[in-house]
Amino acid sequence: MNNRIGRRFEELKAEGSAALITYLMGGDPDFDTSLAIMKALPECGSDVIELGMPFSDPLADGAVIQAAGQRALKGGQTLKRTLQLTREFRQVDDQTPVVLMGYFNPIYSYGVDRFLADARDAGIDGLIIVDLSPEMDQELCIPASRAGIDFIRLATPTTDDARLPKVLENASGFVYYVSMNGITGNALPNPVDIAAAVARIQKSTLLPVCVGFGVKTAEQAHVIGRASDGVVVGTAIVSAIADTLDSTGRVVADPVKAVTNLVTELVCGVRQLDRRGRDVSTAI
Amino acid sequence: MTARPVPNSFRTGADEQGMFGKYGGRFVPETLMPLVLNLERQWREAKGDPAFEAELQQLSTFYVGRPSTLYFADSLTRHLGGAKIYLKREDLNHTGSHKINNCVGQILLAKRMGKTRIIAETGAGQHGVAAATVAAKFGFPCVVYMGITDMERQKPNVARMKLLGADVQAVRSGRSTLKDAMNEALRDWVTNVHDTYYVIGSAAGPHPYPELVRDFQSVIGAEARSQILEREGCLPDVIIAAIGGGSNAIGLFHPFLDDVGVRIIGVEAGGRGLKGVEHCASMSAGRPGVLHGNRTYLLQDDDGQILEGHSISAGLDYPGVGPEHAWLRDSGRVDYVPVFDDEALEAFQLLTRVEGIIPALESAHAIAQAVKIAPSMDANQIIIVNLSGRGDKDVQSVADILNMEI
Repeated sequence: MNNRIGRRFEELKAEGSAALITYLMGGDPDFDTSLAIMKALPECGSDVIELGMPFSDPLADGAVIQAAGQRALKGGQTLKRTLQLTREFRQVDDQTPVVLMGYFNPIYSYGVDRFLADARDAGIDGLIIVDLSPEMDQELCIPASRAGIDFIRLATPTTDDARLPKVLENASGFVYYVSMNGITGNALPNPVDIAAAVARIQKSTLLPVCVGFGVKTAEQAHVIGRASDGVVVGTAIVSAIADTLDSTGRVVADPVKAVTNLVTELVCGVRQLDRRGRDVSTAI
Repeated sequence: MTARPVPNSFRTGADEQGMFGKYGGRFVPETLMPLVLNLERQWREAKGDPAFEAELQQLSTFYVGRPSTLYFADSLTRHLGGAKIYLKREDLNHTGSHKINNCVGQILLAKRMGKTRIIAETGAGQHGVAAATVAAKFGFPCVVYMGITDMERQKPNVARMKLLGADVQAVRSGRSTLKDAMNEALRDWVTNVHDTYYVIGSAAGPHPYPELVRDFQSVIGAEARSQILEREGCLPDVIIAAIGGGSNAIGLFHPFLDDVGVRIIGVEAGGRGLKGVEHCASMSAGRPGVLHGNRTYLLQDDDGQILEGHSISAGLDYPGVGPEHAWLRDSGRVDYVPVFDDEALEAFQLLTRVEGIIPALESAHAIAQAVKIAPSMDANQIIIVNLSGRGDKDVQSVADILNMEI
């Protein structure tokens, strides 16, 4: 685990805290604003940054993240510029893991080998590619692992015991448990079921198991953080950004502040602290 | 043909990974993978089950009305003065297009898999109508996703689906056509994977759909092949079909793929010309990429973002194509050519006037290709054109385009 993702999870384990993984769409609403947000995320406590690569046809995303992708594409975001975003982020932060999340076609179009070389060079630590299942591991997963970039696998409620080993086989970095059958931004299902699913996966892997899809509030982050190694928050952050824009996508309030306010709250949830920094892990 | 290595047979795909050469595959979210794998298992079992085959046969004969006729279009032949033109009359099927062939098959699979809810995407509405029809017959609730652009230009089919009891969901993302409808259908499927069967209408999507849809549609080519042998005592010189996703085309082509003397032409929507982005000729002007569960030829920009495209015909208005067509293109077995909006519109009117058959605008693209090549062929040569659907749904749109006073 001698990379940023591995190191970060080891540090958190030593502290006894779950990770807060924050998602933002690269280039939403524009390059400079998303860079400013990205730089602010570690300062307010985000442990891992998931950077969305916009795609014209995001079939696993709900309306909020679809709209963010559209804003980014309209603003001229490309995969090349998303790598550039990371490169500029790395000038101020060499510790926080950055994981790219998105769909395969822009990478395939860029060329897998060229992409992996450029991603490594830019300081990318891992990839979450929604439409690449283990059956397609030759496409990107195996070349990425060979290039030293983690391939973070999604496990879902439909991944049963018979299939789980297949999903974990070439996984690296961490395992991303999708809390529900559905698209990003849907309501969070029963935390008891999520905890059981996480425990089941943890029994089969040494990798950290993080939970995403549906976590929007500090309370939810708190509950899910207790039951897992990390909590992913996406739609809530993207919504907070969208709320600072007018109907044409122009920035009319402070998106950086909107995100840092929300993330500060989420951090308290995940760290099992109340807003004054007191430990509440045993109180709930 | 060029020096490409020629396979022993063009009819063996897909392979175990669901690939036709480098095309196809299963590029779907993990949530869907177990279901897609299960569908493949169930499909293999069903294919070998005489009871399944018998039920499909029964429906095909008495509900769909198969076999469809192979009609010698003597007036069109005389008008063009060249090769004999035969029309495979899929427009005479129940619901008015070839789409029902696939829907009766898939509804039986859905039943077999114990699913209780049907979803479908539709462009021209032909597949939506066919899916809503079998859902009505078998008592399944049915949701059809359709772009609002298409709902506007194919109103009669929207009304038909609603009368059949389907919930027609208007899709407003993108340019609101078939691609966007398919995105929404996939989002629904991911959310309702436990009880929902997704009836894909094109020979596209993740494996096993391209193969499964092809197998259900191959009845078109199998019938046409034996009908022409009986009628003419020989195989045709050319067979032609229009291609959006490519289900009617692969259905006609597949049984003829190993008949080396038969020239096969797939007609893509050339829209307003191939220079800009106002067409849907993904194989003439696109490049390989991954969308909707498979790798195939796609219209895309330099960054791999999918382009919207354009066609006068809603059913061809899709920026990709089924993966088997992509493979057949690269292998050189099938020629894919564009036909432009105005050529299709002319063929639509020509067939209507000289044969008294109003074709769907999709099928009119295939007719237009026959119009182009028939006059330079000999009178003893034979062309079969797949008349994949009837044009009732397009009458209003065409009347508007022609500024017809009604």
